[in-house]
Amino acid sequence: MPSIEGALLDFKRLDQLATGDTAIHHLDPRAKVLVTLVFIVSVISFGRYELTAMAPFFIFPVVMVALGNLPPLYIVKKIMLLCPFVLMVGVFNPIFDRTILVQFGPIGISGGWISFASIIARSALTVSVALILVGLTGFPAICWALERLGMPQAFAVQLVFLYRYIFVLTDEGARMARARELRSFGVKGLGMKAYGPLLGHLLLRTWSRAERIHMAMLTRGFTGEFHTRNEFRFGKREILFLLGWTAVFALLRLNNCSQLCGALFIRILP
Amino acid sequence: MHMADALLSPAVGGAMWAVSAGAIAFSSQKVRKELDDRKVPLMGVLGAFLFAAQMINFTIPATGSSGHLGGGLLLTILLGPHAAFLTIASVLVVQALFFADGGLLALGCNIFNMGFIPAFIVYPLIHKRIVGNEPSQARLAAATMLSAIIGLQLGPFGVVLETLFSGISSLPFSTFVLLMQPIHLAIGIIEGVVTVAVVSFVFKARPEILKGALEARPIGGQPVRNVVLTFLVAAFLAGGVVSWYASKNPDGLEWAITKVTGKADLEGSKQGLHGALAALQEATAFLPDYSFKKSAEPKEAAMPAGELKKDQARPQGEQKKDDGSKLGTSVSGLLGSLMVLVLAFLCGFLLKKRGQAV
Repeated sequence: MPSIEGALLDFKRLDQLATGDTAIHHLDPRAKVLVTLVFIVSVISFGRYELTAMAPFFIFPVVMVALGNLPPLYIVKKIMLLCPFVLMVGVFNPIFDRTILVQFGPIGISGGWISFASIIARSALTVSVALILVGLTGFPAICWALERLGMPQAFAVQLVFLYRYIFVLTDEGARMARARELRSFGVKGLGMKAYGPLLGHLLLRTWSRAERIHMAMLTRGFTGEFHTRNEFRFGKREILFLLGWTAVFALLRLNNCSQLCGALFIRILP
Repeated sequence: MHMADALLSPAVGGAMWAVSAGAIAFSSQKVRKELDDRKVPLMGVLGAFLFAAQMINFTIPATGSSGHLGGGLLLTILLGPHAAFLTIASVLVVQALFFADGGLLALGCNIFNMGFIPAFIVYPLIHKRIVGNEPSQARLAAATMLSAIIGLQLGPFGVVLETLFSGISSLPFSTFVLLMQPIHLAIGIIEGVVTVAVVSFVFKARPEILKGALEARPIGGQPVRNVVLTFLVAAFLAGGVVSWYASKNPDGLEWAITKVTGKADLEGSKQGLHGALAALQEATAFLPDYSFKKSAEPKEAAMPAGELKKDQARPQGEQKKDDGSKLGTSVSGLLGSLMVLVLAFLCGFLLKKRGQAV
């Protein structure tokens, strides 16, 4: 079982990546959010037996990781922990779908395997761009961008608040869990009997913390919104970034570039 | 139970996004109108509490495995539907971004399954009814238990429907339901027990929190029921009709084209950039139809219109199969994929090198 502290460190590491200082980091967050959404929609819109046409789409995460100076191994490792639910559902495709679609000499590959591979490719692509978006932009900036793009203000305030206190409260939760483990010698006391009151206490503490925060905020003149310095402008570079990638995605979506490349290669070869 | 991008079609994902965004906008307005700005930090910190609580495990008796609190229902009992819905949605946004739980397009589905269902369906229609105006500990426990189980049956059922309508997975409906519901019955019971434990602890330690939460808001009357009905109708309209059309229309189109030209090929009918690029593709690729199996095509062409209407899932599958055999599964496709991947990573490697040199 991974420890709570380990999970927290992992979480903080991804958060820290956003403090990078590359050209991509300095782009307006709105441009990055929009490009990510266009990317996801183009990938998702492929038919279920599409596999080869998805390969060129890996160019986007790879280029972003390289330009944004993100640690590639770290990102790959996070993608490898692919959502288990996807695997659980995907693995049924080869069982239920046995129509042979491709024939390589004597070996026939069924549609189920192709769609299973396609699901994994989709998962890798969509998961990686979400992680990359956070690593390049940072959560507060994403919230800011979403608010500018029309998200209700109350929800934006909620997201920012949540983000600020996640670290405080998970630390507190981790301390409580460790204290309980130290007193339970690995077996007794980890069950339901102690768990309810443990969470209850954490909840009550959280509640009174919220009351203290509220009083502190009132004394500082909180009126329902956070005022932050606006460092971003949707300028020429952002428009170029958005249009450029959208054009690339459209091109890759409408044409199977893998096929094109392969055919070209086979023609040149002899 | 998080729905994932990889299993979604854009129509279903988009529809669920629209529904969830509408619910968020509505709840935001409600929370603002309540003018109780004590709630603002409370919601934020309770969201963070949910995070912490989900990380603390407990041992499930007699099984040896461990479980943790889900917390959607707990928040709804403490905060009321609107504030709780916003809080759960914000937790899901963080999970989607930092832990890649689900994904960004699937966020709409997840907010609906895990936020909307407990806050706007289970809580007002079940929990509120049983607890009534005079909360006693027994009533509270019974209501919480039942709501947790029902909520965790409806949520996974939403996942099943969303997956089914998307048509990426080949799992038949009945098998999927039989897989999901019993597992989530067990999860629901555990969630119920834990929620009851926490709620009764709070009820004993600080009853005013729960009493305040239960009495302050006139929930369960007409307004909320109307809201729920409106959203249900919207959800069915959006989720059902839109995706049904989206999956069916191309079919009909394809079918019509098959009838007219005797060939299920849409490529040629497109103009402009795509047409030009298709021409380029034709010119460069002499292997496009190398090793395709075109068994599905004549079958569909022969299928009468009535059959197409009767069976929604199958024609879609057939059409996808057509796509699959039409494009991309030839030798050149696979070879090209490898080349493109290598190129992509080489590109990244070079960019990185350059970045370090500067």
